Amino acid sequence: MAEVRIRGVRKSFGNVEVIHGVDVDISDGEFVVLVGPSGCGKSTLLRMIAGLERITDGEVMIGGRVVNQMPPKERDVAMVFQNYALYPHMKVYDNMAFSMKLRGAEKSEVDQRVQKAADILGLTPFLERYPRQLSGGQRQRVAMGRAIVRDPQVFLFDEPLSNLDAKLRVQMRTEIKELHQRLKTTSVYVTHDQIEAMTMADRIVVMHDGIVEQAGEPLDLYDNPTNTFVAGFIGSPAMNFVRGTVRANGGPARLEAKDGVALPLGDGWSGQDGRSVVYGIRPEHLVLAEAGQRSVESEIAVVEPTGAETLLVSRVAGGEFQAVFRERHAFRPGTRVQLAPLLDKVHLFDAETGQRL
Amino acid sequence: MTTSPGHPATGPATGVARDDSEGMDYLMSLPRRTVTVYLPLLCFLIVLLFPFYWMGLTSVKPNEELIDRSLNPWWVVDPTIAHYFHLIVNTDYPLWMWNTMVVAVSATLLSIVASVMAAYAIVRIRYSGSRWVGGMIFMAYLVPPSILFIPLALVVFQYGLFDSPMALILTYPTILIPFSTWLLMGYFKSIPYELEECALIDGASRWQILTRIVLPLSVPGIISAGIFAFTLCWNEFIYALVFISSSENKTVPVAVLSELVEGDIYHWGPLMAGALLGSVPVCIVYSFFVEHYVSSMTGAVKE
Repeated sequence: MAEVRIRGVRKSFGNVEVIHGVDVDISDGEFVVLVGPSGCGKSTLLRMIAGLERITDGEVMIGGRVVNQMPPKERDVAMVFQNYALYPHMKVYDNMAFSMKLRGAEKSEVDQRVQKAADILGLTPFLERYPRQLSGGQRQRVAMGRAIVRDPQVFLFDEPLSNLDAKLRVQMRTEIKELHQRLKTTSVYVTHDQIEAMTMADRIVVMHDGIVEQAGEPLDLYDNPTNTFVAGFIGSPAMNFVRGTVRANGGPARLEAKDGVALPLGDGWSGQDGRSVVYGIRPEHLVLAEAGQRSVESEIAVVEPTGAETLLVSRVAGGEFQAVFRERHAFRPGTRVQLAPLLDKVHLFDAETGQRL
Repeated sequence: MTTSPGHPATGPATGVARDDSEGMDYLMSLPRRTVTVYLPLLCFLIVLLFPFYWMGLTSVKPNEELIDRSLNPWWVVDPTIAHYFHLIVNTDYPLWMWNTMVVAVSATLLSIVASVMAAYAIVRIRYSGSRWVGGMIFMAYLVPPSILFIPLALVVFQYGLFDSPMALILTYPTILIPFSTWLLMGYFKSIPYELEECALIDGASRWQILTRIVLPLSVPGIISAGIFAFTLCWNEFIYALVFISSSENKTVPVAVLSELVEGDIYHWGPLMAGALLGSVPVCIVYSFFVEHYVSSMTGAVKE
């Protein structure tokens, strides 16, 4: 096990720089998720840790050693690929034993390690099968087994669940998390799915356009996003945004948006009077207004009940507002509803920079 | 649909018609199938197999029947194996077969080894100009052997290889490598990148990746390249004619023609027997590997 330090790492393909100086510290035994939309550079960063891509500038350290010039096999990392990358011509056992055999390990040791890994992952009955004879979930497990057998310093996961169906994905998510809690191996996990990131990570690193937007614990990112990108990316359904100007004189603090719509703000924001901002409120922080509560009127567009909760899509100030209710209400599209934002849950971001105020 | 229930030819076919082959419905009735499938197939078969029939027929006809015009030319009345006997006992035919085999196998092995390495390097190792090299190799394939044999003859002479099997073993790869390389390049491209990256992380060297991951997965591709190379060597005529002069070093295609034709006398029986025997090894090779051959032409690596 080891810590991973990424210091000012840059990556260019030809003249195009895709990663513009990234710093991430991953402590020993930590499960860190790199998340971001496609093309944000998260997979490239992972491949640079693995040694599959050359590092243009900066340093990657694993367990205190700078690994920039080291070939992958000397870095002592194991990687699980999106399409599993199982060797089709080898049985499950041989797939798992391959790396040990390459290192010239004793047959008895190989056998013992493979059996142990197979045991952990419930693969014992499948050791004599070929990958093509396995289901998607089983293949995924073999890919992880192959990583476990090596007992590496770092596990690298490159979107390992995106080829599975929704139900299996949830199941495997739990399995990977359990596995990590059991093995406590430092893990770097790449995904574009923020739910995966939220549920699995000790710490999330949100990337966008080749830079780190924010890194932190999942709930911290959720509660205190540093900018509109993170605020919009983390959380599902996504945060509602409205552009407008803060007004504090002639009444309580509020946001004046398009069409004269006013959204209530806490008194703490009075000092920002006249500033152009983006107003952000999460769907679950909108409630039905009680008499006398400061609220905003909206027109219901769509009602999406999921059983556990109901998603309400309504129109406010020329945009859409999503609100989530755990209680059941008789909403009807086309009618109007008064939504009250919880004032202490409102986020304000600078309209120009998108940074949190 | 043109089927009627109970029609003998459509009985099992109606079940088939319900799956995703509906576009083929018109093939379901017997008369239509006869016209659209069996008749064209028959024509193909006749055209393709007639030379073999003629070859076999001539090789077992006694000499009297061969020159007697009053007899039915399509049939043999009194078959004989005398021509085969003559060929094997009175000529160097077994030696020619051996020569051909040695040349074909050696040249094929040489070409496949070179092609595997070239194709792997072009497809998988990142270096500037890899595309360019691939293109040039293919261009080499476009140069016809009938032009190339003149400069090659000079080379063969200067290395003192003239009239030795090495002259052929070393020149055949000039035709074989370009095509095999291209065929294998296509095949290697179909092997997912991740497999190799995974092996790299697992601790394999380039050489180990090639021998333990890529080659086992490319067996069909290598077999089809091998069959192609072997067939071409086996049937090659012009280099064998130019680079070999003594009878004991000749290969079958050249020897049959030069040793069994005396002036303007064609020994049709032994000639055809020689041709027929000469095509047997190729047939055997094909029949063993035909499935691999087809799969490598049509499919790729499946996980």
